[in-house]
Amino acid sequence: MSKEPVAVVGIGQTKHVAARHDVSIAGLVREAAVRALADAELTWADIDAVVIGKAPDFFEGVMMPELYLADALGAVGKPMLRVHTAGSVGGSTALVASNLVAARVHRTVLTLAFEKQSESNAMWGLSLPVPFQQPLLAGAGGFFAPHVRAYMRRTGAPDTVGSLVAYKDRRNALKNPYAHLHEHDITLEKVQASPMLWDPIRYSETCPSSDGACAMILTDRVGAARSPKPPAWVHGGAMRSEPTLFAGKDFVSPQAGKDCAADVYRQAGINDPRREIDAVEMYVPFSWYEPMWLENLGFAAEGEGWKLTEAGVTELDGDLPVNPSGGVLSTNPIGASGMIRFAEAALQVRGQAGEHQVPGACRALGHAYGGGAQFFAMWLVGAEVPAS
Amino acid sequence: MARYAREVAVVAFAQSDHLRRTDELSEVEMVMPVLHQVLAATGLKAGEIGFTCSGSSDYLAGRAFSFTMTLDGVGAWPPISESHVEMDGAWALYEAWVKIQTGEADTALVYAYGKSSPGSVRDVLTRQLDPYYLAPLWPDSVALAALQAQALIDAGETDERALAAIGARSRAAAEANPHAQLRGAVPQGDYQVRPLRTWDCPPIGDGVAAVILAAGDLARQLCERPAWITGIDHRIEAHGLGLRDLTDSPSTRIAAEHAGVFEAPVDTAELHAPFSSQEVVLRKALGLGDGDGVAVNPSGGALAANPVMAAGLIRIGEAAARIHRGESDRAVAHATSGPCLQQNLVAVLEGDRA
Repeated sequence: MSKEPVAVVGIGQTKHVAARHDVSIAGLVREAAVRALADAELTWADIDAVVIGKAPDFFEGVMMPELYLADALGAVGKPMLRVHTAGSVGGSTALVASNLVAARVHRTVLTLAFEKQSESNAMWGLSLPVPFQQPLLAGAGGFFAPHVRAYMRRTGAPDTVGSLVAYKDRRNALKNPYAHLHEHDITLEKVQASPMLWDPIRYSETCPSSDGACAMILTDRVGAARSPKPPAWVHGGAMRSEPTLFAGKDFVSPQAGKDCAADVYRQAGINDPRREIDAVEMYVPFSWYEPMWLENLGFAAEGEGWKLTEAGVTELDGDLPVNPSGGVLSTNPIGASGMIRFAEAALQVRGQAGEHQVPGACRALGHAYGGGAQFFAMWLVGAEVPAS
Repeated sequence: MARYAREVAVVAFAQSDHLRRTDELSEVEMVMPVLHQVLAATGLKAGEIGFTCSGSSDYLAGRAFSFTMTLDGVGAWPPISESHVEMDGAWALYEAWVKIQTGEADTALVYAYGKSSPGSVRDVLTRQLDPYYLAPLWPDSVALAALQAQALIDAGETDERALAAIGARSRAAAEANPHAQLRGAVPQGDYQVRPLRTWDCPPIGDGVAAVILAAGDLARQLCERPAWITGIDHRIEAHGLGLRDLTDSPSTRIAAEHAGVFEAPVDTAELHAPFSSQEVVLRKALGLGDGDGVAVNPSGGALAANPVMAAGLIRIGEAAARIHRGESDRAVAHATSGPCLQQNLVAVLEGDRA
């Protein structure tokens, strides 16, 4: 059987900031949705279904907030699904929405992800003590720091690589009007002089806590033909999960990430990702995850990822730009972060990324991960209609 | 069948015994036996399943990312294609059904679980209300259902005697259900919140359900009489109770139309009506009337066992199991979420005719 080709025809984001005191949760999500509709030149009446995602409900203190958000998202009388796959949720949500179109169950779907972190405290929201289970050690940084250290030890990467990533992403963010952190006076020395939080992760090598939402309009071939702007076409999409903790788990390069990327490349007909992909929006909440994921996603051989970063390959003007938007390191409304990666990849192939546009980008990868580096969601979007 | 690209059926269903308390069991320990049972029914192994999807709630578990632990119980190694909805498992089944429709999977494992016993579920559910205007007032789920029940009585749609009959019928039916939490004659009880008495309200309990879906000929190989999902749809309504006619459920009706419920008679209806009064609303929306022609909640329904997040999936599973056993040819299954039936899913399940 053949799948319906899926097109991204509308993208909307909020200006991500530390605290949006001026809007409710409903106001925040509606802002992104309205912008996505405006981008697609569609109205609420054109939307057949809504697929919404966010990270844990404890971050805002609202259980199943999609129930309360139905009105704000024009979902009344329509199907509404709520996806939750930890940090990868923004990506998973877009994939579930994409499947609705691909399966020809619905023609035009609004998908949206958000987090309003200022309503609560994400670090403690992640640190509720549970007997006999591994706590996240006071937020995500404590959980991931040992795996970064393991990567450095395994590959012999010099300890300067992490600061290069942070310096690059924060400079890229200056070109993205929606990015949370706009550090106009950023220097490499400032990153390297920032306080050590979770050795080896420094303050300036971590993501901020943001309020923000991201929305996309996905549609079928007929819908795409009416699109006023060039669509981004979904060439491949996949999710993979593995257990949190078990003997033999490779936290540095999880098998689920490798399998997920391989599935996406197979669907998209990609044989050499390093050459065939023009831009990558990668989920990098701590700077060292850029070289780690370069290897995990097949852009570099094992142990070689840090060399691409060090050589400037991942810079905005390098030959494999990673996180031209400034990435999670510059903007992190947790539940939305994955969808922002997917949406920014789509912006690139639509040629709509403004000052952070990668010239001539034809194929871009959006990547998200979550939990204990155990949930992965990715899609590959292209400027051309997929072949099959 | 032409409605969708592929024929998809429920080929196996399993559930735990639903219990008032399970203090001695973690969620993983609750879930694992049910997963083993549903897989054993088809002979499939976890690694042979094309897609896995679950439904649960962090607020019941009292911790963020609670579903990560039950995923460990699934045995997701080598890595699996998997997703999760923060909803009743009926919506996880919907996501899995969509996945099979894309052709990317031929089988799916769907499971859902909820432990209400560690906290006060009446208080917990208030946290799913509008956080600015409604939740600060802590109106609990029974009070909100009572508003709906009173609206029905005021509209002349039912009365307390008729509601009592629904409670009695459900719990009598549950006598034949070994998994039910409340079975047989249950006293009508005192008012919980007028006009609802104890037996108009669901028991509070812990439980798990799991279903396996399969497409086309594979479904026929895995199950003697597959329960084909010939239609499935879900719709949501406004959140604010003041914006809704509580005596009606337009979302159920729209979902039923899209699922094809009204195209032919059904012989079985498994309705997720945690309160007796909600059965009145759902019967009307689904055109079931008051007659005896349709077996409504032969399992005892949510009035006999209502493990939050699994109770909707159980309705689909129970309807499918009747088809598997040859007790039904065309069944409707329904799941609900949100205060006073805000969000509703409807599925039509059919068995091949002999």
